Amino acid sequence: MTPKLLQRRRERIDELADAGDAGVSLAKDALRRMRANPVAITGAIIVALFVVLAILAPFLAPKDPRTQYAELKNQLTPESIPGPMPGFLLGSDQYGYDLFSRLLVGAQQTLIVGVLATLIGVAVGCTLGGLAGAFGGWVDTALMRFTDILLSFPSILLAISVAALFAETNQWTVIIAVSMVAIPVFARLLRGAMLAQRHSDHVLAATALGVRRRTVVFRHILPNALTPVIVQATLTLATSIIDAAALSFLGLGDPDPSRAEWGLMLAESQQFIEVKPELAFLPAAAIIIVALGFTLLGESLREALDPKKRR
Amino acid sequence: MLRFIVRRLLQAIPTLIVLSILIFAWLRALPGGPATAMLGDRWTPEREAQLNAALGLDQPIWVQYWKFLGRAITGDFGNSTVTGLPVIEEIGRGFTATVELSFFAMVVAIGLGIPLGYLAARYRGRLLDNLTVVSTLIGVAVPVFFLGFLAKWVFSSQLGILPPSGRQDVEINSTSVTGFVTLDGLLTREFDATIDGLVHLLMPALVLATIPMAVIVRITRASVLDVLDEDFVRTAESKGLGTATIRRRHVLRNALLPVSTTIGLQTGLLLAGAVLTEKVFVWGGLGSLLAEAIELKDYPRLQALILLAAVVYVVVNLLVDISYAIIDPRVRVGR
Amino acid sequence: MLHTGKKRVRKAALIGLAGALVVSVSACAESDRGDSGSGESGGTLVFGAAGKPKNFDPIFNDDGETFRIQRQMYDTLITYKPGTAELEPGLATEWEPSNEGKTWTFTLREDVKFHDGTDFNAEAVCANFDRWHNLPSAAAQSQAIYYGDVFGGFAENKGDATGEPLYKSCEADGENTAVVNLGKAKGAFPDAFGLTSFSISSPTAMEKHNADEVTQTGGAFSYSDYANKFPTGTGPFKFESYKPQNNTVTLVRNDDYWGEKAKLDKVVFKIIEDENARKQELEAGSIQAYDFPSPAHYQSLEDNGQKILSRPNFNILYLGINQEGNPKLKDVRVRQAIQYAINKKQLAQNQLPRGATGRDQFLPDTLDGFTKDVEKFPYSQEDAKRLLKEAGAENLTLKFYVPTEVSRPYLPNPQAVGGAIADDLEKVGIKVETVLRPWNGGFKDDVQKLGKQDIHLLGWTGDYGDAGNFIGTFFGREKAEFGFNNPEIFDALSRADATVDDAEQKKDYEEAAQKIAEFIPAVPLTSSPAALAVSPKVHGIVPSPLTDERFSTVTVEES
Repeated sequence: MTPKLLQRRRERIDELADAGDAGVSLAKDALRRMRANPVAITGAIIVALFVVLAILAPFLAPKDPRTQYAELKNQLTPESIPGPMPGFLLGSDQYGYDLFSRLLVGAQQTLIVGVLATLIGVAVGCTLGGLAGAFGGWVDTALMRFTDILLSFPSILLAISVAALFAETNQWTVIIAVSMVAIPVFARLLRGAMLAQRHSDHVLAATALGVRRRTVVFRHILPNALTPVIVQATLTLATSIIDAAALSFLGLGDPDPSRAEWGLMLAESQQFIEVKPELAFLPAAAIIIVALGFTLLGESLREALDPKKRR
Repeated sequence: MLRFIVRRLLQAIPTLIVLSILIFAWLRALPGGPATAMLGDRWTPEREAQLNAALGLDQPIWVQYWKFLGRAITGDFGNSTVTGLPVIEEIGRGFTATVELSFFAMVVAIGLGIPLGYLAARYRGRLLDNLTVVSTLIGVAVPVFFLGFLAKWVFSSQLGILPPSGRQDVEINSTSVTGFVTLDGLLTREFDATIDGLVHLLMPALVLATIPMAVIVRITRASVLDVLDEDFVRTAESKGLGTATIRRRHVLRNALLPVSTTIGLQTGLLLAGAVLTEKVFVWGGLGSLLAEAIELKDYPRLQALILLAAVVYVVVNLLVDISYAIIDPRVRVGR
Repeated sequence: MLHTGKKRVRKAALIGLAGALVVSVSACAESDRGDSGSGESGGTLVFGAAGKPKNFDPIFNDDGETFRIQRQMYDTLITYKPGTAELEPGLATEWEPSNEGKTWTFTLREDVKFHDGTDFNAEAVCANFDRWHNLPSAAAQSQAIYYGDVFGGFAENKGDATGEPLYKSCEADGENTAVVNLGKAKGAFPDAFGLTSFSISSPTAMEKHNADEVTQTGGAFSYSDYANKFPTGTGPFKFESYKPQNNTVTLVRNDDYWGEKAKLDKVVFKIIEDENARKQELEAGSIQAYDFPSPAHYQSLEDNGQKILSRPNFNILYLGINQEGNPKLKDVRVRQAIQYAINKKQLAQNQLPRGATGRDQFLPDTLDGFTKDVEKFPYSQEDAKRLLKEAGAENLTLKFYVPTEVSRPYLPNPQAVGGAIADDLEKVGIKVETVLRPWNGGFKDDVQKLGKQDIHLLGWTGDYGDAGNFIGTFFGREKAEFGFNNPEIFDALSRADATVDDAEQKKDYEEAAQKIAEFIPAVPLTSSPAALAVSPKVHGIVPSPLTDERFSTVTVEES
C-alpha cells in the first residue's frame, strides 16, 4: 500500500501525464478552447509581457543596475534613501543603485533563476523519467522509488535542506535547490506520459511495423509527451520564483547585492519598509503578478488538456 | 492493521539510519562550525582547535557518529550549541509551538476553505465563484513571508491591535502543563492565558493558512463539481429527493473524500511551511529552531531536527493511510 | 557623567508577586547604604534582548547577550564608571599593584552579602580565583574564554590548551584584603579585573550546585545547576527564572544590595532574535527597550516617540591587508595608496549608523595610547594614483574578502560597506575582485587561518579599557590574516603590555600606535556607535561603550 500523501501528489502528476496520450491534434483542440478562456488569456498576456520585458530589460534600463551612482550614494544614509530625482525615476535603493533600472533588470534575473531552475528540473527529471519509461523493469522501480522519496518531502523544506547543505550559497545553489523540487515531478510526469502511450494505436502500429525501440521512443512517444511537460513547466516557473524569494528571506539566497533579482530585493529591503516602502512593495508586486501570470496560464492549460473536462 | 503498522515502522528504521549517517557526515564536511559561531569576534585558529577538541569534534567522524548513535537510542541528542539546553527538550517545546500554530492554521483553512469551495461550486461561473478562484490563485502567488510581514506592518505597526511576535505576553504568568499555550490556559483555568494565546495566534495562523486554504478551496470546488456530475446524484434527483437532502447525504459526503486526503497532505506541508511563517513571527517553533540551527551550525540540533522530520514524515504518512482506510471502506476491502 | 535619571517613588505598577517579594525580603535587610529606601516599588522593565543566554555562570561566557543579564546580578572587584570605560570601585574599594605589577592587593567592601545570604569576604574572592585557575575539565576550560585569554592558562591545562598560567595564588589577609599573585606583570590589569566573566560568585552556592561541572555530550556542552538555575552573586538584582517556553529571563530586585538599591522591582529580558519584531514590540509597548536597533529604523522609531541612545564609540572597522596575498602589497606605498583611496568620511556617513566616524588609527580616542600625532592619509584620489604609479602597481588586482550572513555593531551591513570600498578602490585604478563568503562558513577560515585574501573587511569591539585589547590583539604577533613580520611592532606592543606604570604604558602604546600608522598593516576605517532603542517612559539607562548598562538606576513611568 502506497502512502496516501504521496499518492495524491502522484495522481495529480499522472492525470497530466495521461494528457500526453491525447496527441497533437487534441493539444490543438485544447489551445483553441484556451483562446476562449479569459483567465488563460490574462495569464498569457502577463507571461508574454514579462518575457519581453526580461529580454529587453538591459536595453530599456536607463542606468547600469550594477553601478553605485555617486549622486545617489552621496545622499544615502541608513535612515534616508533618496527618492526620485532627475535621471533616476524611482530614486535609489539601500546600496545607491538605481531602483528603476534594477526593477527592470530584475525581470531578467528573476526569469533566469526561474527558467534555469525549471530547465534543470525538466532536464534531470525527464532524463530519469525517460530512462524509467523506456527501460521499465528494475531501472523503473529504482528510479521511481527515488523520485517517490523526493516527492513526499514538502517542497520548501526540500529546497531549504538542499540549500543548507551547500557550504555557501550563491545564484547557482539557489537554482539547484529550487530545481530539486521540480525534478521528481518531471520524472514521474514523463514516465507516466510514456507509459500511457505505450499501448496507444500509433505506437503499437509502429512497433508492429518493426520500427526500432529507440526510434519509437524518440519519434513517436517523446513528441507527444512534450505537451504535459510544457504545462507543468509553466506551473513550476511560478513556484520556482516564489521559492527562490523564500530562500533569500531565510538567508540561503544569493549574497551578492549587486545582482538585481526580485526575490533578493524583496528579502533584503524589509527593514527599509518605513524609510522607503517602494523598496519592498515594488519587487513584491512584481513577483506576485508574474507568479500569478504563470499560474493562470499553467492551470488553464492543464484544465484544457484534462481528459475529464473534454467531454 | 497492527501488523501493518509495525511493519511500516520497522521498514523506516534502515532509512533513518542511512539518513542520519549522511546528515552527520555532510554537516561536518561543511566549512565553519559551531566553534566559529560560538567564538564570534574572538575567533582564532588556536581557540577554534581547542574548542573543537573540547567538543569532541576533532575525533574521527565514525567515532563521533558511533557515540551519537549510542546516545540517540536512549533519546539523548546532546545539547544545543546555541542555548546549551538539551536538544530533545528544545525540540519538544518547538514541536508544541509548531503543532499549535499548524492546528489553528488548519482550523482556519478547513473552516473557511470547505464552505468557500462548496459555495463556489454551487454558484459556478457566477461572481462568487470567479472571485474565489482568482483569490485562491493570488493566495498561492504571494510569498508567505511577505504576506506575514505585511500583516505585521498593518495590524501591529500601523493599527496596533495585534501583537507582532511571539506566543505569549510577558505579563502572562501561566502554568505550563502540556506546552500548548491555549490548552494550558483552559486546563489551569487561567483563561487570560488562553485569550492571550489566541490573540497571538490569530495573525500567524491566518498567514500560514493561506496556501492550504487556497488548495482546499480548489479541491473542494473541483470535487463537488465532479460529484454533482455523477450518476447517483442525478438518480437521487430523479427519485425526487429534496435538494437539501441530496446535498447533505450525497454531494458533500462524497465530495469530502478527496478533500480529506488533501487535508492530510496539507497538514504535512504545513508543519514544513511553518518555517517561513515562524521566522516572520519569531514563533519559536521547529521552523525557528531549524533556521537558527542552520545559521549557527548547531550540529546537535540540526541532526535531531532532520531525523525528527523523517520520523514525522513516516508517522504522518501512516496516520493518513489509516484514517483513509477508516473513511473509505473500499480501501480496506481492496487490500 | 552619571545620569541617575529621574528618581520617582512609584506605587506598585504591576500585578505579580513583586510586591510580596519586596515585603518578605526587606524584612531581613541589614545594610542600607543606598540613598533610596528598600520598600520603594518601581515597576518592571521588559528589555528586548537579541539572543538567548547560554547560561548564567559568568566565567563560562563571553557573549554580550549573556553578559547583559549577568551584569545585573553580579559585581566585579573593579567596575566601570557608567557610560565610560574608566575604572571605579566595585566590590573592591581600592586596588594596588606591587612587586613590579606581579601582586595585586584588593581592599574589599564590608557588609556585602551574596544573594544566598552568605558573606562576601576575602576568602570568597580567593575561592573564585582558585576555582577559575583549577577548572577541572577540557570542557570547562574551553568555555572560560576570557579567563584563558587574560590569565593565559590553567593549573592543569586540558585538551589542546597550552598557555602558561599567569595566576599563582590568592591569599586572604584578614576579612577584607585579598592579595592576588601573578607570575608576571600584564598591561591588561587592572582593567581586565572588571570583565563580567570575572564576577564574584558565592562559593557556598557554587559548591552546593556543582558549578564546575561542565560536560561535553555530542558536540555541545551542558552546564551545572549553578549555571542554569542558581546563579548567586552580590548584584542589585537576583535571578528568578529562565523560561525557555516564552523566551524570558526574569530578575527581581535584591533588597539587601550593598550599594544604591535598584528602583525597579523586576527586570524581564524577552529574547526576540528578529530586529523587526523587537522594533514592533517596542512600538506596541510590550517591551520598553531593546538592543541593537537597525540604523534603518532610527528615524521611524524617533518619529514614533521612542528614543535612540547611542553608545560612545568603542569599536573599529578595518580593511585588512594581507601582504602575503599579493607581493605588491609588501610595498608600503601601495598600502598608503589604498588608505588614500578610501573616502572614510563618506563611508561613515552613507553606509554606517548615525554617529559613525572615519578613523586614522585603531584606538578609540578615550583610551590611553591614543595619540593625535600619527601619520594621516586624508582622502585623496590623486595621491593614491601617484603612489600606485611610483610603486609600479597601476594594474593592481586585489581579491577582496567580504563576510556575509553577519551583522556586527561596527559592520551592520557588510555587503553595502564592501561595495562602497570596492567602488572607491576602482576609482583610483585598482581592480577589485570581491569574494563574498559566509562569516561562519569559510570567511573566518579563509581570512584568519589560510590567508587567501589580498584585502578584507573585519573589525573588533573592545572588551575593556586597554590599548592592548585593540592593537595588541591585531598586530601583536605574526598572523595569517595580515601576513607580515615586523619585529619592531611586535616588540613595541609586548613592551607596552608588560609596562606597569600607567604613564609609561601610555607612552609605550602611543609609540606603538605611531609605528602601526606608519607601517599600515591594515587600514583603519570607521567606528560606529551601537545603539539602544528605549521607550520615552524609561529613564536612567546610561549607554556604555562596553555595552555595560546597569538597570539598577532605571525607572519606568506608569502608563
